[in-house]
Amino acid sequence: MKKRATRKRSADAQRVDGNAAAGILSELFVPDLTTARAKCAGCGVSRTIGVLLVYAHGMGTVMRCPGCDAVIMRIARTPTHVWLDASGATSIAVSAPR
Amino acid sequence: MTGVDAAPRIAWRSATVVDVVQETSEARTLVLDVPGWPGHRAGQHVDVRLTAEDGYQAERSYSIASPPEESHLSLTIERLDDGEVSPYLSDELRSGDKLELRGPIGGYFVWEVETGGPLLLVGGGSGIVPLMAMLRHRDRALATADMGTRHLLPVRLLYSSRRWDDVIYRNELTRLAEKDPTIEVTHTLTREQPDGWTGFKRRIDREMLEAIAWPPSEQPRVFVCGPTPLVEAVATNLVELGHQPALVKTERFGPTGGSV
Repeated sequence: MKKRATRKRSADAQRVDGNAAAGILSELFVPDLTTARAKCAGCGVSRTIGVLLVYAHGMGTVMRCPGCDAVIMRIARTPTHVWLDASGATSIAVSAPR
Repeated sequence: MTGVDAAPRIAWRSATVVDVVQETSEARTLVLDVPGWPGHRAGQHVDVRLTAEDGYQAERSYSIASPPEESHLSLTIERLDDGEVSPYLSDELRSGDKLELRGPIGGYFVWEVETGGPLLLVGGGSGIVPLMAMLRHRDRALATADMGTRHLLPVRLLYSSRRWDDVIYRNELTRLAEKDPTIEVTHTLTREQPDGWTGFKRRIDREMLEAIAWPPSEQPRVFVCGPTPLVEAVATNLVELGHQPALVKTERFGPTGGSV
């Protein structure tokens, strides 16, 4: 896990909110995931996915915990798939539909 | 499981440009007709996809500038000189042209009148776009409301721009504040100010927020949008001033070409 101190400062200036990943997440999940809560496997804190820090690279999107900086989700687009690694989330809770 | 009221997958749609409004030298609004648009909430965005003749595709997100009450969808694009997508949207696109978009996207950074207030909006540069959708929604939703109702939902906007001519929606903001005493608009111009300017001349800092923002005891709903460094500084300052983090919602736009 790359800690914040060793990541280039420019990466921090380019980060965005969980909201920015809502588009690609909509290709994987039917409900809007940015209002769902994810429990961080790093520190155990549950947060609304909208507040996660999003770092977008050419290859994909990384979503980090704003508290402990652990990677919660990685999303990448390949020619044939949208690929998700959510191993950094112990659980994800979406509000029950009405 | 049957009977689950799930939102539909967000599909790509074709949109047609019906009007173009030059807001400032660098910002332009595209007014779009989007058949079958399902409606949206103020603060949401769309993803726009452009496909070149060779099949190369580029996607960017743009905040919706128009309120849900408008039938056409407006996007305000800020032109970035070295941008891959914005020069095309700013310079080339004309009425009648089409583009692909999907949305509305994002249920986190949204505000509607039902959410309540007071409302504090802090924006830098093109970060004003989703905040403007919120202001326009408030204006339309409260159009027939009496002053008592308006006083329950007061709003303060703190807006950082480089120069007076860079202020997007400048005239509309002045009009809104003039006709509604429950709206307060404060500008800060960080690079250059017109002669006789008595307002703020620096980047938003803790002191400025303390002077402008509602006190934390009022529990304002706060929305901060703009370049990432501005948003992070403002959010940190607001929490240090005592605002609850859960009430401070941020939409970082990423890096900016210059300071705001």
